[in-house]
Amino acid sequence: MTLQISQTLDARGLSCPMPIVKTALAIKPLRSGDLLELLATDPGSVNDVAAWSRSTGNPIVEQSVDGGVYRFVLRRK
Amino acid sequence: MDESLNLVLFSGTDDKLQAAAVLTAGAAALGRPVNVFLQYWALGAFRADRIQADHGLAPEAGSDGRAAVDALRAAGQASWAETLRQAKELGGVDIEACSLSMDLLRLAPSDLDPLVDGVEGITSFYLNAGDGQVIFI
Repeated sequence: MTLQISQTLDARGLSCPMPIVKTALAIKPLRSGDLLELLATDPGSVNDVAAWSRSTGNPIVEQSVDGGVYRFVLRRK
Repeated sequence: MDESLNLVLFSGTDDKLQAAAVLTAGAAALGRPVNVFLQYWALGAFRADRIQADHGLAPEAGSDGRAAVDALRAAGQASWAETLRQAKELGGVDIEACSLSMDLLRLAPSDLDPLVDGVEGITSFYLNAGDGQVIFI
C-alpha cells in the first residue's frame, strides 16, 4: 500500500537549518493527519528531522536514503 | 520546549550573523520564542541600505575560510538575512535594536531593514528574556 502524500517539499541542496525551517513552514497549513514528504541532501537532516519530529509531535511514518538523498514522510499532528 | 532563546548580536560580520541566524531559525522551527537584541556592529549590518552588502568575515576565517564561505554560498546557502526572514515567518521571533547602539551609529528606526521589529533598551530585553538562556555573539 502506498501512502497518500499531501505535499512534497524538495529541500535537496539546502544546508542546515533550511530543511527543518522549510519543513516547519510547509507542515503548518496542512490538516491533521496529512502527510508531508521531505527530500533532503543535508546529512544532518537524519538527526535533525528526528529531533524536530520528537519535539513538535509530528511523527515520521517513513524514512529512507537513496544515493545521498534522504527521504522522510511526516504526518501532521 | 517553550523556554525562550535570547541572542545578543554584537559582531557585524557575515559569518557570525549567519551562525546567529541558524540558531534563531532552528529554535523557531522547534516552536521556541527567540528574542534577538542588536548591538554595535551587528546593528549596523541591519541598515536597510547595507543589509545585502558584503560584511566581511571574522579575522580567524583567513583566506581559506573566505573561500569556504563563498563556496557554500555559491552552492545555494541562504544568506543570514534570508534565513532570519524565514525564521520570522515561523513566528515567535522578535528582533529589536539596542537604543544605545542606535545613538552610537546615529540611526533612526526608518534606517533599519523591516526585519527589525523595534528599538528597546537592555532592561526591556532582560524582561523579555525572563529565565531563558542569553547568548552573546
